[in-house]
Amino acid sequence: MSAVPSMIVEAPAVTARKPGAWLRLLHNPSVLIGALLFALIALMGIAAPLLSSIDPGAINPSNRNKTPGYETSERDDEGRKITRKAIMGTDSLGRDIYTRVVYGARVSLIVGITVSVLSVVAGLAIGLFAGYFRWLDGVVMRVMDGLMAIPAILLAIALVSLSGASMMTVIVAVAIPEIPRVVRLVRAIVLSIREEPYVEAAISVGTPAVKVLWRHVLPNTIAPLIVQATFICGSAILLEAILSFLGVGIPPETPTWGNIMAEGRSLFQVYPHNILYPGAFLTLTVLAINMLGDGLRDTLDPRMSKRL
Amino acid sequence: MAEPVLEIRGLRIALPKDSDRAEAVSGVSFSVAAGEIVCLVGESGSGKSVIAFSAMGLLPKSLPVVSGTIALQGENLVGASEYRLRELRCTRMGMIFQEPMTALNPVMRCGDQIDEVLRAHTQLAAAVRREKIIAMIAQVHLPDPVRMVDSFPHQLSGGQRQRIMIAMALVLGPSLLIADEPTTALDVTTQAQILKLIRELQRDRGTGVLFITHDFGVVAEIADRVAVLQYGELVEMGPTAQILSAPQHPYTRMLIASVPSHTPPARPPVAGAGDAIVLSTEALAKTYSTAGLFGGARKVDAARDVSIEIRKGETLGIVGESGSGKSTVARCIARLIDPSGGKILLCGTDIARMPAGRLRELRHKVQIVFQDPYRSLNPRRTVGESIIEGPMNYGLARHDALERSRKLMELVRLDPGALERYPHQFSGGQRQRICIARALAMEPELLIADEAVSALDVSVQAQVLKLLEEIRHSLHLAVLFITHDLRVAAQVCDKVAVMSKGIVVEYGPAEQVFRAPQHEYTRALFDAAPGRGFEFAAA
Amino acid sequence: MWNYIGRRILATLPVLLIVAVLVFLMLRLTPGDPAAVIAGDAATSQDVAEIRAKLGLDRPVVTQFFIWIGRGLQGDFGESFFYKKTVASLIADRIEPTLALATLTIILATLIAVPLGTLAAYRQGSWIDRIVMGISVIGFSVPVFVIGYVLIYVFALQLGWFPVQGYQRLADGFGGFLHRLILPSITLAMVYVALLARMTRTSVLEVLNEDYVRTARAKGLPNLKVLVFHALRNAAVPIVTVIGIGIAVLIGGVVVTESVYNIPGLGRLTVDAVLARDYPTVQAVILLFSFAYVVINLAIDLMYTVLDPRIRY
Repeated sequence: MSAVPSMIVEAPAVTARKPGAWLRLLHNPSVLIGALLFALIALMGIAAPLLSSIDPGAINPSNRNKTPGYETSERDDEGRKITRKAIMGTDSLGRDIYTRVVYGARVSLIVGITVSVLSVVAGLAIGLFAGYFRWLDGVVMRVMDGLMAIPAILLAIALVSLSGASMMTVIVAVAIPEIPRVVRLVRAIVLSIREEPYVEAAISVGTPAVKVLWRHVLPNTIAPLIVQATFICGSAILLEAILSFLGVGIPPETPTWGNIMAEGRSLFQVYPHNILYPGAFLTLTVLAINMLGDGLRDTLDPRMSKRL
Repeated sequence: MAEPVLEIRGLRIALPKDSDRAEAVSGVSFSVAAGEIVCLVGESGSGKSVIAFSAMGLLPKSLPVVSGTIALQGENLVGASEYRLRELRCTRMGMIFQEPMTALNPVMRCGDQIDEVLRAHTQLAAAVRREKIIAMIAQVHLPDPVRMVDSFPHQLSGGQRQRIMIAMALVLGPSLLIADEPTTALDVTTQAQILKLIRELQRDRGTGVLFITHDFGVVAEIADRVAVLQYGELVEMGPTAQILSAPQHPYTRMLIASVPSHTPPARPPVAGAGDAIVLSTEALAKTYSTAGLFGGARKVDAARDVSIEIRKGETLGIVGESGSGKSTVARCIARLIDPSGGKILLCGTDIARMPAGRLRELRHKVQIVFQDPYRSLNPRRTVGESIIEGPMNYGLARHDALERSRKLMELVRLDPGALERYPHQFSGGQRQRICIARALAMEPELLIADEAVSALDVSVQAQVLKLLEEIRHSLHLAVLFITHDLRVAAQVCDKVAVMSKGIVVEYGPAEQVFRAPQHEYTRALFDAAPGRGFEFAAA
Repeated sequence: MWNYIGRRILATLPVLLIVAVLVFLMLRLTPGDPAAVIAGDAATSQDVAEIRAKLGLDRPVVTQFFIWIGRGLQGDFGESFFYKKTVASLIADRIEPTLALATLTIILATLIAVPLGTLAAYRQGSWIDRIVMGISVIGFSVPVFVIGYVLIYVFALQLGWFPVQGYQRLADGFGGFLHRLILPSITLAMVYVALLARMTRTSVLEVLNEDYVRTARAKGLPNLKVLVFHALRNAAVPIVTVIGIGIAVLIGGVVVTESVYNIPGLGRLTVDAVLARDYPTVQAVILLFSFAYVVINLAIDLMYTVLDPRIRY
């Protein structure tokens, strides 16, 4: 051997740690805009009673079908006359659309977040075990294939109409079609990580299967699942709105964006605002979530872009 | 002397800002004459491939040429228009690549892929083109050229695909051929044939060849002149014989000294006959079967009738080309896959069919170090966590496990303070040392090294091999060494098993096998080893 | 190749069976007596008993399933409670608009999305790429019915270029048929374009990094040839796969679009049947849509044999 010191000939190792993925998120415009918009809409939902003093369900026959900007007047408990501007107009029952839109944000966000948590937790559990234990895999994946073959909207419509319309059934009905997608994602990750030499090394140092899953496999699913959960949240909000719009979702008296639009359908040609305002808010919300999801994916999990 | 085919002067190519150095190539000058093969040698990151791609004008935008000239028969290519470069490709310079398996379009017939070259650069009629293609395929010695034209790449072997690539690069008779590690991904016997083919075509046509490689064996085999690169700088250049036998620059000397010799050194018999047999296999077999829908199941014997034996303190090498079944044997012994037949006796206990629960008690006795240092450590855990995982599985307290891992870090010549760091902060060689430490933490009886030094640069490889030798000696370990590299096997093994197509064709003391191979396959394998006639370690 | 085709077809059968079981169970697993649910609140106990007998609810569940699926395979899905005709004839009446809408949408979306996605990949990071990706995010985010109403508002109500709603059968003239189908197809195509353009971009980007694309460039081929014959040609399998997967999105969109545009297709039928609690019809339509999805994806799997020679041999 020559006298060259050993460490000199080796390629210099990367010394500085790459800036953490979480820090990089702050530099992604898509994440920033999406998160900001989402936060504003969430704030709107939370502060709904402060943003409007009217009961979103209050029916006022004298104020039916007013165009945006119409001044309504009513008398309060002490008989004083209050005038109020209906900035988004009123619907065919005289309910204030602005108030209903503000309250509608609550339902959409609750449905979106609950569905994404539910489906990710269920999908993760099923996917981890199906991917790691081969004997489970065949049966579980066939059932998932079957579930995926039924178009989500049809599955949800059928489930809701059969079990009766309520917030809970809508959440479950919207979550069920999402589960197979999560299972597939998790399973694909597990299958590829299982082949990694570091997992084989863990097996050969006697690590039990459950610990291998927990220590070496599970952490690899977190970033993709966060991304997936974001997209599920967006599509769940859309699906809930569609169900309400078709009249098979949350009961019509509840102010949801889909319900406001469903109510406005018949008079759309005359009073388009009933559909356009809640439609705009719905679009903006889902857009914010999808932008957030896109940004998260690009930052946390660049490889995942190939899986859509 | 006539005008050189390729003349590079003062070439500087920048690296992106956040790289470990400012330039990929720093002021390199050399030339390639007609009918000459110039080898550009260097370890990974030396910038050798960057030079090759810059000549073809195929560098990504992130690697811009800063200054210097690249002259192809006198015409400067630096700053030439994309259109002009396109015209020159394949007409005056052709290129072949490292990965023949992926370098051809999988959905296009081989003939059509060569035809594309002709259609892009000539006005020939279809029939003439076809004739030319068939003639060219015949020239690269592919069997049945007429059938070959209509075949798809996946129907060909790696060597055959590389021949198609060569045919494609040379069909228009360019004066320069750039070959970027064209045989690195191939088995040694195929490599020898491809090298011979390049030599032959180059001589017949008077083509100048710029040949990129990291393998001094290949250099000895093919080069007329050699240029040695280190960190983007050309440190030494000269005729092959001179560079190999009397290198001047210390880096070149170190590189050449790191190339293991093909002749096994005289080894004291480390394992006495009285030493315990740590592991033996009896008729070990692994069969993969794919259930076919029509025509029944297809069976592939990955390994068949393998009977080997390793004693304490002894290294057994399993040598073979890809697909020979050597890794299958290793993974069966480590019980990462289940063998389909035979016995695996670990210290006298048959573990071939032992259920997972009972096997766990014995797992620590067999440890394995894998090929890819970049995937062998969990990137999310500190190396300390990775090393203590095993001992803690067997009930060692965290504090004691950490104490053991600190000692092991010293044993593998790494700073014990580095246990807190993550794998990406280490180089490939360092990671492989960490993997060895992780294996040793289990206090194994048998250490399996599955191509453990194959992914490393030759200088790093030499260090890791030395480390393995020291550990085997000091701990009196039994080592199963899987490798495709005959030189490495010659240096570290006491006994050698040569595998081909799933069976052991020759098995005996290393010294004997290398000196007087008995089996026909072993002889062919040894003959194909590049640079065999050249004794590097003597330099 | 026959081995591959045989295996694909065999692998589809259990999925179809599971779909059938799921659709069947959906009605059976609901809380309460399905017959009572179907009969509605105003039903007498005699009505309920009648419905139960009609549906075969008095027999064991497994027997019920086989009776149902056995009849279904012969095209007999019973009689619609609401429309008072056989479900089969109901579906036959409604299938044309849905098929027309779906076909036009797929053609439209593919023609728009594949070139856009390829261009975006080729010019990765440029303004074209950003616009395509922007359109794609928006396409994913705007609900189908909002797109529909906006298009109606602008192009039908304000500009008057298209009729507001309705459908004209192909037999009554191609011009009118197409004229009334254009807005619904554009509406439905939005999300499909978003999906497809994005996947095309990703697949082409991935292929552009392949060694054989580098080889093609080293041959001195012009960029367009490299892009079309080497990159896009190899990206065809994932693109076609997404067209198939997108069918699920398309079917969901059909349900909504047909409601928005008042098109008497299977989507409208589904919603009307659900609202009318007409369960035999709901079951049949969901089963039909799901089977269509599975079969189309099987066809696409079989198409791989044409697109990828590695499967052919």
